[in-house]
Amino acid sequence: MNLKRSNRNLALIRRLALTPYSFWAVLFILVPLIFVAYYAFTDSAFHFTTENILRFFKATSEISDENGTRMVHTYLLIFGRSLKLAVISTIICLVFGYPFAYLISRASPKTQGILITLIMIPMWMNFLIRTYAWMTILQDTGIFNGLLGMLGLGKIHIIGTESAVVIGMVYDYFPYMILPIYSVMAKMDIKLIEAAHDLGCNGIGVLRRVIWPLSLPGVISGITMVLIPSISTFYISQKLGNGKFYLIGDAIESQYTANNLHFAAAIAFILMVILLICMAVMQRAANKRATA
Amino acid sequence: MKHVSRIYTALILLFLFAPIAILLVFSFNSSKSLSVFSSFSMHWYRELFRDSETLSSVKNTLILAVSASIISTVMGTAAAVGMHRLKKRYLRVAMDAVTNIPMINPDIITGISLMLMFVFVGRFFGAATSLNFGTMLIAHITFCLPYVILQVLPKIQQMDASLPEAAMDLGCTPIKAFLKVEVPEIMPGIITGLIMAFTLSLDDFVISYFTTGNGFQTLPIRIYNMTKKTVTPKMYALATIIFFVILALLLLSNVFDANTAQTIREARSRKKANHAKKEL
Repeated sequence: MNLKRSNRNLALIRRLALTPYSFWAVLFILVPLIFVAYYAFTDSAFHFTTENILRFFKATSEISDENGTRMVHTYLLIFGRSLKLAVISTIICLVFGYPFAYLISRASPKTQGILITLIMIPMWMNFLIRTYAWMTILQDTGIFNGLLGMLGLGKIHIIGTESAVVIGMVYDYFPYMILPIYSVMAKMDIKLIEAAHDLGCNGIGVLRRVIWPLSLPGVISGITMVLIPSISTFYISQKLGNGKFYLIGDAIESQYTANNLHFAAAIAFILMVILLICMAVMQRAANKRATA
Repeated sequence: MKHVSRIYTALILLFLFAPIAILLVFSFNSSKSLSVFSSFSMHWYRELFRDSETLSSVKNTLILAVSASIISTVMGTAAAVGMHRLKKRYLRVAMDAVTNIPMINPDIITGISLMLMFVFVGRFFGAATSLNFGTMLIAHITFCLPYVILQVLPKIQQMDASLPEAAMDLGCTPIKAFLKVEVPEIMPGIITGLIMAFTLSLDDFVISYFTTGNGFQTLPIRIYNMTKKTVTPKMYALATIIFFVILALLLLSNVFDANTAQTIREARSRKKANHAKKEL
């Protein structure tokens, strides 16, 4: 009898244990997201409007470059640019990070520990500092051009270009690609690879048919961990793009500083919806691969 | 093949550490130049320690990180205990989904969404500025919680469910059973969660940027403001100090890890030896 009651008490305590977090999650995770939608679809007097959302798709501005002057859809151009730079950075991280993760996972346990710690050191430095370091390196009077000069090569102007932004993104988020791929590869059964070799698979075949499919969950979380911060960054583009390369994160940030909260919310809302769709598509593709 | 992989590893590490090394070297430069090292000096360190704004931002960061990580660890651990025993499947799925939101959403959206709510509520109550230390603390707890839950939940799942029951059979009250049996069992998860929450809070810039106000500056926000306009080698001095603090912490945690790993190994081999004795 006594036991039954204390069991019931235990169940009650467990239910109570979840209560603070439940309230917290609703109040500070769900409700704020509703506020994004609410601000996105209202004007400054909080009357319903689709103006902010339409402005994202319709706003145009004039740009002039070496190809002459033309009208462009401002925010679509910005979004396209963000997507392009983020995808390029993600691909570079994957191409260089994947083999590196594999190398680490095949090293002796001691070397693995050392290499992982080494990769984590830059990750633990604030990304503002990491980006700032590149800003000083890539400046016209910086180390990079100094080295080029010493080698007798001409100086190149790199700060303020898309390449500089990509370098910053790759540098800042490279460890986020390596770590998840490594953690999947480290758990991979080496016997599977040996079996594939024994059954006459060559190196490329083993990579394509055994290692790659098994490491796919790590690759997918690596891709999301690089893509999402790169697509929404604003500091990297401010510092390395010299403010000229306006990304979607800059657009949100500048509307926020200008106190245009409704339009900032609209851009955030659109970004969120697009990312949700992307993630759903990617997750579905991964699941299909896993079941096939 | 071995040479190729050695060279590859070296190149990647060079890429990762060259920028940091450059910051370290130039923090001791006597001139302001970023490419020419004139002479060794501690000038920028002295400048840094005279900068009261930066020093107070360090204090702010620590206060915020300690409070946010402790609150989120307590609440997150309790949540994990409750979530583990959720009977209704749809509730469990819903809790998991909500917990995932702050981890999946870009920081800028988490930051903007909280800021919009704070501003709205603040305006509702007629406050002029609605962002302050409190809003930032709420924001930090919010983005730390999922990581704590994610660390603790697997440990609860691994735990033998009959352990707390056995404790109660032996006369423990449910709370005592939880504190004396369950908590020690899931302690590694709680500690990892606490450390993660602490470092996430220390490091966060984007969410803090949108939810801070009233002049409350954390170190990342201070760095942002410092790097907004001019390039100052004071930043290098700061980066160098941060680098060595991190290095020391990582080395310490490695030693600590190695020690625990060692104890676990020893305990295991003792267990094996006992088994062997019994079999004999």
